[in-house]
Amino acid sequence: MHETSQEATALADLPVSQTPEVDFVRIRIAGDSGDGIQLTGSRLAESAARFGNDIATFPDFPADIRAPSGTIYGVSAYSLNIGETEVLTFGDVSDALVALNPAALKKYIGELKIGGLLIIDSSSFTERALEKAGYAADPRADGTLSDFRLLPIDITELTTAALRESGVSTKDAKRCKNMWTLGLIHWLFEREIDGVESWLKDKFANKPEIAEANLLALRAGHMYGEVAELPAEISRYHIAPAPLRSGEYRTINGNEAMAYGLYAGATLADLDAFYGSYPITPASPLLHTFAKLKELGALSFQAEDEIAAIGSAIGASYAGHLGITGSSGPGIALKTEALGLAVATELPLIVVNVQRGGPSTGLPTKTEQSDLFQAVFGRNGDTPIPVIAASHPGDCFDVAVEAVKIATKHMTPIFILSDGYIANAAAPWRLPDLGEGDYAPFPVTKATDPDGFLPFKHDPETLARPWAVPGTPGLMHRIGGLEREEGRGNISYDGDNHQRMTEIRAAKLDAIARDLPPQTVDSGGTSGKLALVGWGSSWGPIRVATRRAILKGKPVSHVHLRHIWPLPPNLKALLEGFDEIVVPEMNNGQLATLLRAELGRPVPGVSCVKGRPFLVREITDIINDVIGG
Amino acid sequence: MTKLTVKDFASDLDVRWCPGCGDYAVLKALQKTLADGGSTLEDTLVVSGIGCSSRLPYYMATYGFHSIHGRAPTLATGAKLANPDLDVWVVTGDGDGLSIGGNHLLHVLRRNVDLQVVLFNNQIYGLTKGQFSPTSKQGTKSPSSPGGSVETGLNPCVYALGAGGQFVARCIDTQAKVLQPVLEAAQAFKGTGFVEVLQNCVIYNDGIFDGLKDKKTGPDHTLHVEHGKPMVFGVNRDKGLRVAKSGFGLEVVTLGDGLKEEDLLVHDEKNVHLAQALAALGENDGEPVVIGVLYRHGKHEFVEGARHGLPKTPLSRDEKLNRLNATLRTAETWRVE
Repeated sequence: MHETSQEATALADLPVSQTPEVDFVRIRIAGDSGDGIQLTGSRLAESAARFGNDIATFPDFPADIRAPSGTIYGVSAYSLNIGETEVLTFGDVSDALVALNPAALKKYIGELKIGGLLIIDSSSFTERALEKAGYAADPRADGTLSDFRLLPIDITELTTAALRESGVSTKDAKRCKNMWTLGLIHWLFEREIDGVESWLKDKFANKPEIAEANLLALRAGHMYGEVAELPAEISRYHIAPAPLRSGEYRTINGNEAMAYGLYAGATLADLDAFYGSYPITPASPLLHTFAKLKELGALSFQAEDEIAAIGSAIGASYAGHLGITGSSGPGIALKTEALGLAVATELPLIVVNVQRGGPSTGLPTKTEQSDLFQAVFGRNGDTPIPVIAASHPGDCFDVAVEAVKIATKHMTPIFILSDGYIANAAAPWRLPDLGEGDYAPFPVTKATDPDGFLPFKHDPETLARPWAVPGTPGLMHRIGGLEREEGRGNISYDGDNHQRMTEIRAAKLDAIARDLPPQTVDSGGTSGKLALVGWGSSWGPIRVATRRAILKGKPVSHVHLRHIWPLPPNLKALLEGFDEIVVPEMNNGQLATLLRAELGRPVPGVSCVKGRPFLVREITDIINDVIGG
Repeated sequence: MTKLTVKDFASDLDVRWCPGCGDYAVLKALQKTLADGGSTLEDTLVVSGIGCSSRLPYYMATYGFHSIHGRAPTLATGAKLANPDLDVWVVTGDGDGLSIGGNHLLHVLRRNVDLQVVLFNNQIYGLTKGQFSPTSKQGTKSPSSPGGSVETGLNPCVYALGAGGQFVARCIDTQAKVLQPVLEAAQAFKGTGFVEVLQNCVIYNDGIFDGLKDKKTGPDHTLHVEHGKPMVFGVNRDKGLRVAKSGFGLEVVTLGDGLKEEDLLVHDEKNVHLAQALAALGENDGEPVVIGVLYRHGKHEFVEGARHGLPKTPLSRDEKLNRLNATLRTAETWRVE
């Protein structure tokens, strides 16, 4: 499965992005949360992906459901990186910023590069709006924007003008300004709007007048680019299709890929999937996606709380389904006791943690990788649980399939770590050949033969116990959280038995480790001066920075861990080929601490907990610090 | 297949409750209910939480899951959703079900999941050595309340009705003549069959229900309700319940002096207001504790509804993969050559 993480991305052999506005462009669309920014951004992403570009996206929206309009904290933004090369990150800075109100301008102008294209909706720059955004003076007039190629357009005004004949109210007309903007951006990227048109017709099939209004606005924005006499310095972007691997593609975000992957894994194991969950940001879309898979035989259950969610999943696993639960850090904390029960009863169980900023409620809508310790260690007793992590949206699918394989082969709960960034970010995804190759079936055998049946007898290779499901004649047995006698499974308080059972639970992780594919190097040679060791969603920025450094001849490699616990057995030997290793991660040094203990050598970490992924230049700085600039 | 006996439902483990514990009688009644009703070992699943009563699954020869404190309804719900053919029993206590697990009990009742909840109420924490529980009477002296507990005790049947329970019953551990038919009725009910069993803890709360159980005087303090029958009780069958003539609620009256059985209330299992009033009785002097099926009115069962929309017949692996392939392609797709 490990190789699949490379295969499933669009990116094998794609050259790394190098020159902004030549082989890739980073654009950010920002406005009020009521402006339809996320919709606009995701449609642009869809168009770019369909055109054949590599894309990386970063939706950034407020935690408030309806934040007051015009405020800085009510700004919603969608960042998109479009390349004919491998992009993988949404970009350290933007080449172009579209700001639909003063607050959006204020919030993001600092991340627009000097000389970058700045499109603003002049109609929205009223005195009141400027004041709400905290501008003492109009930034258009006081020289604040002189470093940028400013293109002020009366977007609201032009949109309502375009819709004047359509019969929709002025209010509804104004709401179409995002489509007008989308039309203009399509022109800017030399793209046709037919894809958006058919999407609009489909989306508003039951509201033809709304569909028509949006179409008019979209076309008007596109046409504006064609006919308006724009200043000479406003040039269009010419980004060619990327030479992707052949195949059928769609865009996907991490949460969708995770849910589909879990269903696929269960199916390949010949099991029915059961998803028990309690709503929580940013994991709820897993529940929504599962709910839509009912016709495919997947059961989903919205439980009364996080504990009930995992309890129901354990119950479903006991009854022969593949029990799955998903949450984010605070919810996972509540599941802790039940995790111990799943370990004690040796039932297969998938636990997805879509991580967010912590501690406590922390930063619900912002990304972080700070639940690694929680996953590896966060339980009472000696309670080992394997942990694997997804590194990009499409990888969530593969990680999910692998998790099902491990959980069922070894009869164990398993943690999958995702995070808010990849959960929401969209990327092109090559659709998998289900049933073939890496996605070949791995049917699970349940116990049926009463002859010599012992519920806690372990397979010497996998350390799995038999999965004997209620309803099966002759295999009646009792399980529970009290320590149980090896073999028969009856309650046992015997010290020697507890020692043995503790060792068996530990040996199960050794068995999993033996099965892991050897750790490979993601980019660069297998030895050198520096290895950057990453995990999870930091994959994108580390990979891009490393590949760019390699092009400059720097002796740096990127090693990326999918298997966090147990670690791949060859990891230590592999890393011995490097003079230094550094772990950049979106927490305060958790993998670095783990590796220090496991590798017995210094492992400096670089922390980034700013609620966003690493910037490429932050990784480049690490490389330059160690190797020299 | 030959019908199983009570003995067939007993596991080979020694039962390790204290001698004289009320749990023995409930275990026996459950085993007898299953045997008499023709249940099979393989299709019966007993799920429990933590506490003395929650050890019960170990003593059953069926499938059993001794889970974690308060969470039995969650595991039971998951198992029943996954396999509706299972006959699922949740065994819990006053601490397990109403303190640490109160939330889950609320929601299993509200959903009306097709399973049985048998709540052993001994009004004390036994396994942790005798602290007051959420159902302990105010003033209960215990290691954690040497001056008497300050809190008001909770009435499990009132709670169950408040949570929207659609089958609510109360029994006494040693009265098999009531307990067993009630367990049968709970099992037959399509939904959550909630049965509170007043259970004696011989070590930490001994004798609290003696007044109800006493062969001679007990009938003066308990009313066994049966659907369609007048609410008569008492050693001499001379007491009864009727709608209060003044104020609001029920009142205890003595028959005779012109007052006849026909003047009493007749039990109606489908009347939730009556059930609520009956469940609350027993707090004040002269009021009987009501046992039997207080409420039985099945409306919507959860599992059937939750499974509605699943494929009628199980899909093969290939059918599932085909449907997944189709689902993945509901988004726009494109080809790269």
